[in-house]
Amino acid sequence: MSTDKIFRRVVPAISAAAFIAIAAASTAATAQEAQEQYFGIPSSRVGPYSAMGTGYYGGIIDYLNYVNMKGGVNGVKLTYDECETEYNAARTVECYQRLLNKGDQKMVVFDTLGTPGAYAVIGRMAQDHVVLAQYGYGRTDAADGRVWPWVFNAAGHYWGQIAVKMNFIAQKEGGVDKMKGKTVVHLHIDTAYGREPLPAMRQIAKEWDFKLIEIAIPPPGLEQQSQWLQIRREKADWVTFWGAGSGMNSTAITTAARVGFPREKMIYVTFGGAEEDMIPAGDAAKGTFVAANAAPGRDYPLIADILKVVYGAGKGNMQNPDRVGTVYYNRGVGAAAMWIEALKNAQRIHNKVGKTVNGDEFRDGYEALDITDDKLKEIGILGMSAPFKMSCAKHDGSERFKMMQWDGKKFQILTDWVAAPDPAFIRKLIEESAAKYAAENNITPRTCS
Amino acid sequence: MLYREAGQFRTSYAQDSQIFPLRQDRIGIAILLIAAVMLPFVANSYWLSAILIPWLVLSLVALGQNILMGYAGQLSLGSAGFMAVGAFACYNLILRIDGIPFVVAVALSGVCAALVGIVFGLPSLRIRGLYLAVATLASQFFIVWALDKFGWFKNYDPAGVITAQPIVMFGHNFATPREKYWVVLAIVAVLALLAKNMARGSVGRGWMAVRDMDVAAEVMGFSLLRTKLQAFAISSFYCGVGGALFAFAYLQTVEPSAFGIDLSFRILFMVIIGGLGTIMGSFLGAGFILLMPIFLNIFFHTVFGKAVDATITSALEQVIFGVMIIMFLIFEPLGLARLWQLTKERLRLWPFKH
Repeated sequence: MSTDKIFRRVVPAISAAAFIAIAAASTAATAQEAQEQYFGIPSSRVGPYSAMGTGYYGGIIDYLNYVNMKGGVNGVKLTYDECETEYNAARTVECYQRLLNKGDQKMVVFDTLGTPGAYAVIGRMAQDHVVLAQYGYGRTDAADGRVWPWVFNAAGHYWGQIAVKMNFIAQKEGGVDKMKGKTVVHLHIDTAYGREPLPAMRQIAKEWDFKLIEIAIPPPGLEQQSQWLQIRREKADWVTFWGAGSGMNSTAITTAARVGFPREKMIYVTFGGAEEDMIPAGDAAKGTFVAANAAPGRDYPLIADILKVVYGAGKGNMQNPDRVGTVYYNRGVGAAAMWIEALKNAQRIHNKVGKTVNGDEFRDGYEALDITDDKLKEIGILGMSAPFKMSCAKHDGSERFKMMQWDGKKFQILTDWVAAPDPAFIRKLIEESAAKYAAENNITPRTCS
Repeated sequence: MLYREAGQFRTSYAQDSQIFPLRQDRIGIAILLIAAVMLPFVANSYWLSAILIPWLVLSLVALGQNILMGYAGQLSLGSAGFMAVGAFACYNLILRIDGIPFVVAVALSGVCAALVGIVFGLPSLRIRGLYLAVATLASQFFIVWALDKFGWFKNYDPAGVITAQPIVMFGHNFATPREKYWVVLAIVAVLALLAKNMARGSVGRGWMAVRDMDVAAEVMGFSLLRTKLQAFAISSFYCGVGGALFAFAYLQTVEPSAFGIDLSFRILFMVIIGGLGTIMGSFLGAGFILLMPIFLNIFFHTVFGKAVDATITSALEQVIFGVMIIMFLIFEPLGLARLWQLTKERLRLWPFKH
């Protein structure tokens, strides 16, 4: 038999077998055991943003497994299904629809780890009764819980982050009054995520009277020579860098080094400031500033315990266990910890301790999050995540960040949690933007009293 | 045996020129249409909103690309750009004209895309082949850049990602996946029928004449200017309608970065894998490129579950998908539509050997 014939016979046979297997498996999956809480995990493990996706979702899965190995949430076991989004908005919609229902269980929370994906599904949350738990990314004005009851951001949004960074710059320059006449470049990937901080930044620039230059890099951003030459030409004092993917992030550093822009004048965004983004740039990365909503390190009791319990049993999700305790991993653990705290709240509020909760109950639980220092200590992540409290109207987290600096090997944490200098100002911007959205889309904001 | 045309005589010109001359084809199409219309009663919302709607929409776009590339022979890489024109035109029409029915807005956004298509089709009069592909690539980048740059298109939304308005026609809001599917199905079915008729009529003959040898076509009396720009306009119309449906019926957001260069390339692959110069191939190719990665992902997650590292399976899926594309191109360079044709020819004899 020629190879041609083999292919003609074998390929249809394999594909037929595959589809039968899928059909069989999906019917088998419908047989559910009681008292399980199902989570959908839309991971992005391939493509330019894989370092982010593997670390973050690895942290989430490890934490879910850790909770299970410790007996679950009041006895309720956690189950999950994964789906590959490739950090692509269209695939994220597909994953959302696929993960939405599993047997007789419905997904209660969705976390896209990406602003494009978050925007693509954000309109579906209210009708499907699913919580969109943005953790330090996504649509900022969703922090107004009156317009967006189903969307939360437990780790600080981009407007708060840019305000913290401007504050940091002002401090380094010796005060807000010294900012007058300075030039700050916002160098960003040309997507919704890259543009997200701009509304707040433009306001601050107007108020402080410094020159703001916006320079966009088309994705995937592996070529930035002309942009950095422009920065050089403009004699920029500072650069706030808003990139995505370790390729783009490390390219920025190496290109900055090539044109001679000091790294001590660059501040990286939370989603570009991790070990995976710094290491590829080698020595050139030394001195780069990074804002963090989850501090790296393995010394936090929870991370140490996950290493012992989950990795000790050989059930860790990270292919390379050395990445446990990195920025992205710890951020994933922090995000998952908030899911579980919300689940505990939901069980308590709705008298369902030890029972599965639905989307509405989970939403109430998430809104009732009151993460104090004591709570963080109890979870074992005091110092890793910032304390915060949600309310009906306020759906954002602490709005506080730690500033770190890369020393060539690891991040040195420079500050404790710093807040934006004028949180009321950011809040005002949020409420204006949310009100505009509500008016355009005929949404009547709910009343919070 | 089953698919045998023996005994079916055509006795009038009308019968000879009908779209489906074979009784079996007519029955098959009728069954397919009825099945497609009744499908929402059995399919769940995942199948409707995550599989069928994007598949139909991208088939329509692939059809547009096929008209330009497969029938008229003009290599173009700007299809996602024209989709973006359609999506933003539809958004602005609904925003700025009160009470405009969705189908009218979609048709007009197709017209907008067609006008833009004509402008970017002008270089085709001077350059051809790969050089034209590069010229149309410029349209892709220019359109996405312009939509980003000028706030008016986005109604000055600060984030640049706009929530698509609900689909409203005749005072009814088509909100559920089932209703959206029917809207998409109706539009795609009508446009596919139109494309089939154009392709087999004088319009299509003009395209194919230009494709096969433009000098000869001109000598025969075809105006190159008219034929090429007509192909660009109709192709962009299909892409524009597809873009509007993609944004409104599938993504439910309108944003330029959803229509990036990689979508253009995927549409190009759909046409090549499906079969150049076939209507059927556009649907098959779109199905393959869009759905195969999803099925591979589901397959790996159900078969291996959590036993194998998801990072490895995700990478494997891409490897397998790539290998499948290469295999298809080696074993059937004429595309999936050709496979379908071969199957039909076998069915004429089946189950007998000769």
